[in-house]
Amino acid sequence: MLDYLHYEFVRHALFAGSLAAILGAIVGYFVVLRNVGFAVHALAHIGFTGATGAAMLGLTSLEGMLAIAVVAGITIGAIGERLQRSDVAIGMVLSVALGIGMLFLSLYQGFSGQATSILFGNIFGITYEQIIQMLFLFLVTVTLLLIGSRRLLFASLHPDLAEARGISLTYLSMSFMLLIAVAVSLASQVVGILLVFALVIGPASIATRWTRYFWSGFFGSIAISLVTVWSGIFLACVTNWPPSFWITGILFLSYIATEIIKR
Amino acid sequence: MITNDPIILLSEVSLKVGRDSILNQVNADIRAGEFIGIFGPNGSGKTTLVRALLGLIPIAAGTMALFGEPVKRGSRLIGYMPQAITTCETARLSVRAMIMAVQAGERWGMPWNKAAAVQEVDEVLELVELRHLAEIPFYQLSGGEKQRVQLAQALLGKPRLLVLDEPLASLDPYHQQQLVSIIENVKKITGATILFIAHDINPLLHVIDRIWYLAGGKAALGTLEEVLSNNVLSHLYNASMHVIRAEGRIFIVNAESNVLENTCCGHSHA
Repeated sequence: MLDYLHYEFVRHALFAGSLAAILGAIVGYFVVLRNVGFAVHALAHIGFTGATGAAMLGLTSLEGMLAIAVVAGITIGAIGERLQRSDVAIGMVLSVALGIGMLFLSLYQGFSGQATSILFGNIFGITYEQIIQMLFLFLVTVTLLLIGSRRLLFASLHPDLAEARGISLTYLSMSFMLLIAVAVSLASQVVGILLVFALVIGPASIATRWTRYFWSGFFGSIAISLVTVWSGIFLACVTNWPPSFWITGILFLSYIATEIIKR
Repeated sequence: MITNDPIILLSEVSLKVGRDSILNQVNADIRAGEFIGIFGPNGSGKTTLVRALLGLIPIAAGTMALFGEPVKRGSRLIGYMPQAITTCETARLSVRAMIMAVQAGERWGMPWNKAAAVQEVDEVLELVELRHLAEIPFYQLSGGEKQRVQLAQALLGKPRLLVLDEPLASLDPYHQQQLVSIIENVKKITGATILFIAHDINPLLHVIDRIWYLAGGKAALGTLEEVLSNNVLSHLYNASMHVIRAEGRIFIVNAESNVLENTCCGHSHA
């Protein structure tokens, strides 16, 4: 197994994969606590427009996705929980987001090869510059999340009480959606926007089934996420099958096993 | 133990939600250690009054003081039990973890809890007789047990005033009585003043010292005998009201339409 570490692209994949796994797991744990999984799904799809549109502006797909997902995230946070119940509206917006993304792809000739890596991830194609960019985003986001984690936990479990103690639920929700947007953009670099839901929600929802306290769920989620991504990359090296397949496959089987055991 | 210090003092208070006037020129003085039942039909302003006491909405006119100071948001002297139970099916945290999240929840930083804080959680669970369920995931509790968890978190920090917003809603009569006797016991042990909002007076008849009745934008505070009279209620509702006492229970009916909730002819139910 260690032989694979001689390859630079494998080392890059492991490093970028770990960043995405940790950030996805932390954000995902709060997403599960707040029950706002729809936002992960929505931001990933809306991000597709940004990722494909970015090439036209000379930006990388991560930059493009980040820009549009952050705007969309803040908007979702401001609109609030009403959005969660209007699945028709969400479905329509997501469809048009993918449609516009396709338009950008077709307008920009020679970019179509990128479509697969945006949709399904391209962890073995990550460059040193991208890793630096990801590391920066990772450090900023994790720091902000940890600073706000006590408030976020309180307001997620007891919104009425949090409001009574002077926490603005709207600002909190907008800030958290912004962090989801960053996590989703980062994790999309690893598994792509179509599969990002599994990497962000999967480890956290498995961890909450096995734990009963905040910190055990928090670290459990990170551990599951890291082990999954590392195993996925290793199995991809051995089999030559795509890492996205292995990562989502492992998460799916762990999820099914958890549901059966913990039912 | 009721003393003479006024803990809540309202003078000519008017409250509005948006442009709608909810309560007008309300006066009240509540002393430390009193058990006050707050009643009134839907939309009479019970929740608005609570939100004003918690400092969540501004006071349109008049003055409102708690513990001799103007109302401010986030006072640690008040323990608040909100109306809705937040059922987080997906969270699956234990009862103890749910209450730990409330402790100094408004602070920045990470949710580390010191041993003393965990100890306090177990103490409030003891007060509501849920200590044995501390490790159970919250979502698995019954409706009555969830309400007791809500009550337990309100007891954190030893508040001097407990504001309980419809704790009996959605509970059957047996669990209503159980919760009322737990609250009575909590009051005995902690000596806190209690504002208990309820829809029905009957489950609380034997525990309340005075009642605060809201209707038609007006409010009356006094003993059962003082407030639950045809004259007082007719004045509040601006309609002909009758108080009927039967077998130790009290019913309030509108003489014109028989049903309490349908007295929309004179006043707004906003």
